[in-house]
Amino acid sequence: MTEPKPDNSRLKIRLRGVHKRFGSKIVLDGLDLDVGVSESVVVIGGSGTGKSVMLKCILGLLQPDKGSIQVDGEEVVGMSAAAREEINRKFGMLFQGGALFDSLPVWENVAFGLLAEKKVTRLEAREIAISKLAQVGLGGEVGDLSPAELSGGMQKRVGLARAIASDPEIIFFDEPTTGLDPIMADVINDLIVKTTRQMGATALSITHDMASARKIANRIAMLYEGKIIWAGPTENIDSSGNLYVEQFINGRAEGPIKMAVRA
Amino acid sequence: MRFLRLIGRVFLAFLGTAGRLILFTADAVSQCVRPPFYPRMILRHMLDIGYFSLPVVGLTAIFAGMVLALQSYTGFARFSAEGVIANVVVISITRELGPVLAGLMVAGRIGASLAAEIGTMRVTEQIDALTTLSTNPMKYLVTPRLIAGVTMFPFLVFIADIIGVFGGYVVAVYKLGFNPANYIQSTYDFLQAEDVNSGLVKAAVFGFIVTLMGCYHGYNSKGGAQGVGTATTNAVVSASILILCFYYILTEMFFAK
Ligand SMILES: Nc1ncnc2c1ncn2[C@@H]1O[C@H](COP(=O)(O)OP(=O)(O)OP(=O)(O)O)[C@@H](O)[C@H]1O
Ligand SMILES: [Mg+2]
Repeated sequence: MTEPKPDNSRLKIRLRGVHKRFGSKIVLDGLDLDVGVSESVVVIGGSGTGKSVMLKCILGLLQPDKGSIQVDGEEVVGMSAAAREEINRKFGMLFQGGALFDSLPVWENVAFGLLAEKKVTRLEAREIAISKLAQVGLGGEVGDLSPAELSGGMQKRVGLARAIASDPEIIFFDEPTTGLDPIMADVINDLIVKTTRQMGATALSITHDMASARKIANRIAMLYEGKIIWAGPTENIDSSGNLYVEQFINGRAEGPIKMAVRA
Repeated sequence: MRFLRLIGRVFLAFLGTAGRLILFTADAVSQCVRPPFYPRMILRHMLDIGYFSLPVVGLTAIFAGMVLALQSYTGFARFSAEGVIANVVVISITRELGPVLAGLMVAGRIGASLAAEIGTMRVTEQIDALTTLSTNPMKYLVTPRLIAGVTMFPFLVFIADIIGVFGGYVVAVYKLGFNPANYIQSTYDFLQAEDVNSGLVKAAVFGFIVTLMGCYHGYNSKGGAQGVGTATTNAVVSASILILCFYYILTEMFFAK
């Protein structure tokens, strides 16, 4: 990475030398990443390169084998369970597969974090949930359905509403626009921009959708073979001078990145 | 040499599993006394485990009571000791058959559904999602189910006791021609509080075992639909085996004086 490092005290998330392997398969191999306060960083990278694993390591859902992860300057690797719970209140997360609770109606899914923190009554929580659903383009009547009755794209949007419902300081979006039509994808991009720019939240997103990445990111980082091989401001992405990045953003099969397909 | 290595590996795997299970149990139980509590969840699972298991448990108990009366009649009639049938029925049902039959039946019903539900939540990342929504998944998913299991199993077994004794009464009176008043009188005379209590204590232990096994295997399942299927099987098998082990241990504790 050649870009000037953001000031350390203004870093929301700081990853250094994070390693994670599953059995003999090395997924993260010394990953470094910085996310500044109120910054929106997008991580791009091929399928199966460990982008979701990286988010889960930051959230403590997976334990990294080695390395340091700091949130607001506080080391979170090896933290006690109670302290971890406290830290996790800062986060909202949109899971790649939605991960909606299928035993609860949609509105309770959206309001789950609010109800868990006991900041509001059930009635108020419901109202907040309906307004968050409206922000992702879903009508109030959807609130009473069960998640299994929704289409894949609708589930994604409910997941998004749930991630932003309690106005977290840091939001992770794992492929927010995958499975949405182009118009809805743009609505969601606008919503992400709005939550980060207006509410000052810090966002770390993962996407394969370069149009979305260009729109929501202040900074883009590319993950390849367990490391960040390039990171820089969004406007520099087309002049990165990095062959891997160029191949990826132009979606070419030929280049330094080899897909493991045997014809 | 290779054989020794195999034994060593199996033994280590066993210790690992036992250790994980103990840690899991300790965590789940310690969450019982730490807020927040989830009364809604506890009630929901009490209803599911207690109320909706009644048909299964009732049917098992009534047939067990009927068979017991019939079979002990054919046995005791040889010694002209038909008079003790009422005692045999009531003591066998309350002490032994009520808890163990109800336990095994409900192990199939509840153990399997707990493992499948929690296992599906695990593989669809719903358990991870709970963590990111300021909720401890142990406390939210496991502890309410354990509480419901430990409280509702004794209730189910109590009902099973009554229905089972009634089954014995029906066969004795309508098939074997006993005098109803005498039968009820001798049932009543021989029954002691200890018989029923020991059965209820067993039931509480079995309730703990069934819900714990369902939750443990579901919580640790991995690898999609197949993983959930394996977790379900393991939950029912391990719960059934543990029930039978503890059945003996508890009987020994209560009655081998
Ligand atoms: N729980 C797990 N156990 C074993 N291997 C895992 C586990 N989670 C992820 N992996 C492996 O780690 C690698 C990275 O997975 P990850 O989900 O992070 O990919 P990704 O970059 O998010 O891909 P995509 O863009 O397709 O979502 C994959 O090869 C996967 O097989
Ligand atoms: Mg992913």
